[in-house]
Amino acid sequence: MDYSPHPTTAPSPPPATGSVSGKAVRPGDRIFLGLSRGSGIALLVIMAAIAAFLTYRSVLAISGDKSNFFTTLDWNAVGTEPKFGIAVLAFGTLVSSVVAMLIAVPVAVGIALFISHYAPRRLASPLGYVIDLLAAVPSIVYGLWGALFLVPHLSGLYGWLNDFLGWTGIFSYSNGAARSLFTVGILLAIMILPIVTSVSREVFLQVPRMHEEAALALGATRWEVIRMSVLPFGRSGVISASMLGLGRALGETMAVATVLSPSFLINASLLDPGGGTFAQNIASKFSEADTFGQDALIASGLVLFVITLLVNGAARLIIARRKEYSGASA
Amino acid sequence: MAKRIDVSGLNAYYGAHKAIDDISMTVEPRSVTAFIGPSGCGKSTFLRTLNRMHEVTPGGRVEGKVMLDDENLYGSGVDPVAVRRTVGMVFQRPNPFPTMSIFDNVAAGLRLNGKYRKSELKDVVERSLKGANLWNEVKDRLNKPGSGLSGGQQQRLCIARAIAVEPQVLLMDEPCSALDPISTLAIEDLIGELKERFTIVIVTHNMQQAARVSDRTAFFNLAAVGKPGKLIEIDETERIFSNPSVQATEDYISGRFG
Repeated sequence: MDYSPHPTTAPSPPPATGSVSGKAVRPGDRIFLGLSRGSGIALLVIMAAIAAFLTYRSVLAISGDKSNFFTTLDWNAVGTEPKFGIAVLAFGTLVSSVVAMLIAVPVAVGIALFISHYAPRRLASPLGYVIDLLAAVPSIVYGLWGALFLVPHLSGLYGWLNDFLGWTGIFSYSNGAARSLFTVGILLAIMILPIVTSVSREVFLQVPRMHEEAALALGATRWEVIRMSVLPFGRSGVISASMLGLGRALGETMAVATVLSPSFLINASLLDPGGGTFAQNIASKFSEADTFGQDALIASGLVLFVITLLVNGAARLIIARRKEYSGASA
Repeated sequence: MAKRIDVSGLNAYYGAHKAIDDISMTVEPRSVTAFIGPSGCGKSTFLRTLNRMHEVTPGGRVEGKVMLDDENLYGSGVDPVAVRRTVGMVFQRPNPFPTMSIFDNVAAGLRLNGKYRKSELKDVVERSLKGANLWNEVKDRLNKPGSGLSGGQQQRLCIARAIAVEPQVLLMDEPCSALDPISTLAIEDLIGELKERFTIVIVTHNMQQAARVSDRTAFFNLAAVGKPGKLIEIDETERIFSNPSVQATEDYISGRFG
């Protein structure tokens, strides 16, 4: 507020004509309205076209399937008696993605916190660049590295896991090549690390100074500040970041196809080779499939699409449910 | 419950920039001391040196002595975290933890200090909210988020949070500058009650407020923009506003500059 005795008055420009009548709509407004409305409509049309195409081909495939599309543990989409189902693919996709999330999210949150709140500035930005660089590596390169380096080096770890945790069934391992869903999960974890890290880091950096000072002034240590102010504020951001990563993990194709040794079996042991994912199955079968075989693969693609939608919807629900407690309303 | 603050030869820096220069003063226990002065004169910086919050700003650095009774807050072996548990602070903008309920906001400091039983926490939360004149307004919605309260209620919630840990000193950095006049009045009344139990230091831009709430007033000024702020004088509030001993103080409070 300016209470000075000499208020400054800005010289106002002289009125042009004094008249306020004129055309209500200017051409620039009209063009921009047309462009933005057109883009919006085009997006909806493209989405509808994709959905219609997927649904049409999927209906052809599922009605031609001589077995249950959801429970069959086989993929045989040729001949007069085609029998195929997505059970193995759904299992493999979800398991490898869950393993990837369990590994990647804690590590990513840790790295993001280190960069945003612990590392000295000189170390923080180079580290951020290196993490972002991981995102620039093509997925086929990850696949090759996974197949040629990760697989041979993991057998030792898997043997050790088998010795101590083999009794759980999940971690039993019978000395084959480690081309398993768990290996895929580890590889996917590395691949989604950069996106989860950089989104989380951005969110943590946006925590308002006053929230952190509120905790500091109560006598909170650095970790307590993070627990009281930073993590609650960043919570929904970390969930969004994880969902972005999960989206990539669910749909990842080349790296999985390169590493996994596929089979149409559901194996409780995640360390033994076998299993498959939607994207990997489509990539390895599509080029040799006839028209009906393609329909079958498209149907599996539609299921992957629906799963991804459900996962994202669930994440939105989680975020919305805690909205009134979110930092956004402060 | 309340301790005397004795500051001598205190300098504070932001990187290479010296923000306050050679400040010495005594703050009496169970009284309200107001800091006034033009923007940029270092009064907020000085306030933040009293609970070692200045050094959390990147580049923040302090020289000198701040004695809390017979303990030097800047002595070797003093943990800044422990200092902040003894010297509480209320900020310019109300900053309740947005993800916590009203109850959890008030209990936050206690939970940092150790384990409490549920019933103990309940007692302290009720006592603190009553102490902050907020209990009657929120007692039926203690588990609702604190960010749903009005600005003035949020600020009283922050005061309740600060006094819940029974600090020796309560620092207030322009606690009413984001509030409407009615909320301001509520906070000012509250300050009058709190000084029975705590040593209170308040920074304010509102000279009427300083005159209304404080027992002693310190006037800060700076020679020019970019120069460090200095303490010009500190005296009984009545004297500062009627017959200050330095001409600059009189010029400031009579509105001739600042």
